[in-house]
Amino acid sequence: MATIAEPAARTASRFRFILDRREVLGSIFVAPAILYVLLLVGVPFLLAVYYSVSAYTIYDPSWRFVGLTNFRQILQNPVFLETLENTFLFTFASQLLGLILGKFGALLLLRPFPGRKIVRALIILPWAVPIALASVAWEWMFDSLYSVINWTMITLGIIDRSEAPNWLGNPHLAMLCVIVVNAWRFFPFAIVIFLAGITSVPQDIIDAATVDGAGFWRRNYQIILPMIFPIVAVGLIFGIVFTFTDLSIVFLLTNGGPINATSVLGFQGFQVGILSGDVSHGAAISLFMLPVLLLMVVGMLRFIRRREI
Amino acid sequence: MAAVLAQNIVKRFENVLAVNGITLAVPDGEFVVLLGPSGCGKTTFLRIICGLERQTSGNLIIAGDIVNDVPPRARGVAMMFQSYGLYPHYTVRNNIAFPLRTQRVGRAVIESKVDWASRLLGIEHLLDRRPRQLSGGERQRVALARALVREPTALLLDEPLSNLDAKLRASARQDIKQFQRRVGVTTIYVTHDQVEAMGMGDRIAVIDRGKIRQVGTPAEIYDEPADRFVATFVGTPPMNLLTHNGAHLGFRPENFLPKEMIRGGDFSEFSFRVDRSEYLGSERIVYGAIEGFDSSQPITAKLPAHGAEQTLRPGEWHPFAVRNKDLRYFDQDGKRTDRH
Repeated sequence: MATIAEPAARTASRFRFILDRREVLGSIFVAPAILYVLLLVGVPFLLAVYYSVSAYTIYDPSWRFVGLTNFRQILQNPVFLETLENTFLFTFASQLLGLILGKFGALLLLRPFPGRKIVRALIILPWAVPIALASVAWEWMFDSLYSVINWTMITLGIIDRSEAPNWLGNPHLAMLCVIVVNAWRFFPFAIVIFLAGITSVPQDIIDAATVDGAGFWRRNYQIILPMIFPIVAVGLIFGIVFTFTDLSIVFLLTNGGPINATSVLGFQGFQVGILSGDVSHGAAISLFMLPVLLLMVVGMLRFIRRREI
Repeated sequence: MAAVLAQNIVKRFENVLAVNGITLAVPDGEFVVLLGPSGCGKTTFLRIICGLERQTSGNLIIAGDIVNDVPPRARGVAMMFQSYGLYPHYTVRNNIAFPLRTQRVGRAVIESKVDWASRLLGIEHLLDRRPRQLSGGERQRVALARALVREPTALLLDEPLSNLDAKLRASARQDIKQFQRRVGVTTIYVTHDQVEAMGMGDRIAVIDRGKIRQVGTPAEIYDEPADRFVATFVGTPPMNLLTHNGAHLGFRPENFLPKEMIRGGDFSEFSFRVDRSEYLGSERIVYGAIEGFDSSQPITAKLPAHGAEQTLRPGEWHPFAVRNKDLRYFDQDGKRTDRH
């Protein structure tokens, strides 16, 4: 039998379709983001870790390794312990308040009423306004002399002029103020999270609960809230992480005062490390947030995964 | 006494009239099917019965009480939704127990009733699973158990089979019907599927554009349609309608036969042009036109699968006939009349 010679098969260059390969193209697209994170987050983080175990100050920029001495010292400092306590109080109280406001805000915004779209847009404002600007407005509202809150209460006859509270001067009231302002800033975000969550619950399930005899509260707390819990928890993790590390409201409104009553970790780290130039202790204070946040986030993520439905 | 009595129920959504004066009495223990095309208002009517919507006007009476302004939880009706509406974060056990919990029933009672309902539907082995771990048919049973656990005055089912595949649907139809017989619960069943309606209903209410067109047993609906809508909505293929002087003459495809197949009795003869024929295994559907009559739809004849295929060649005219007792007449408004 005659064999017919097959023409030599042509081979395309190995690199000709290289961009069609998923792993190659994917790596190219992801590379800038990874580079960005490595350079702007990874390097400073490692630097901070090193600072925290060194004796580095801006007056004596030595890289001498001192082990955990800095951490031992800040833990013996009563101001730091007060700051730590404040940070937890500030974070959880403002998140809780924000969540409650967000939940009810979302329920109100779900009902159709004239002008709902405008209200929905306006409600985002606290979140969108630069915090520096908002803080100035709040500062005036809490001002010892010109407080519009006091003026309103005096005019309405709720309090007497002589007993008008000095909002930012009293340690407890000052803490309340920063909590309220932070909750005010956070609650539009909570509303958005709740709106997204509640609208994702199928109407059939809500109707079924209604026919099954559940009233408003039972529907909300036994059906809707557990169902949207994973979404809310993710929002809450964001809120906690941002609040725990935040220093802007405290910095702008009270400057940590009166007498450290509103000092939080981020603020103190900034004050010690940057303003006072004690970089190593500042780094140690700031890094103190890391294990706390890490534990909290890991714990919550595991909880969500277990609740996943 | 009627378990559910609707008196001239009207529901208007802004400028849409969804339900346009429905009056219906459902006696105790009856299985009534509300049948109609999508958007005809049947689901809205069901939602009015269970209290998820408030009717614009009309009275709703459940077990002798006017319940117009009674909230759903106090009406004593249970509803099963198209997508079942199971609570995804609860186990099957807690899903079934939920309607009892809302009524603050004691723990022991809840346990025994959940037991009873799950045994009734054969889902005892699923009690500790969550809805997402169940198949479509199992979910449906759980939803049914949840609806029944309170022993409602009436059970409302909103297209309960539409999420099942065709095979499962047939067996689920059987299950629901048998089980309704056994429990004897008054049932109102909404569907757009005439096979479900014909197969399950003690009575069928055919609804179109918010109005009941006819209420009757499946046989009455099929054999004695009250108007053109019912005649053409029920039956596959639908009833053939010939227009003549504005009035209509109707006959079912299975009664439209080659003349030689008709033996005895009076019949009317037509000349039928065969256009094409479909072989469906158990039967043959022949499409065509009748000489001398207008018809918006092709005329169909349903014949035995074998026997006639040799003689009925496309494009040719054949003598066909219908027995006179199988002819139905409708006037210009589409209403049924005795004789043309």
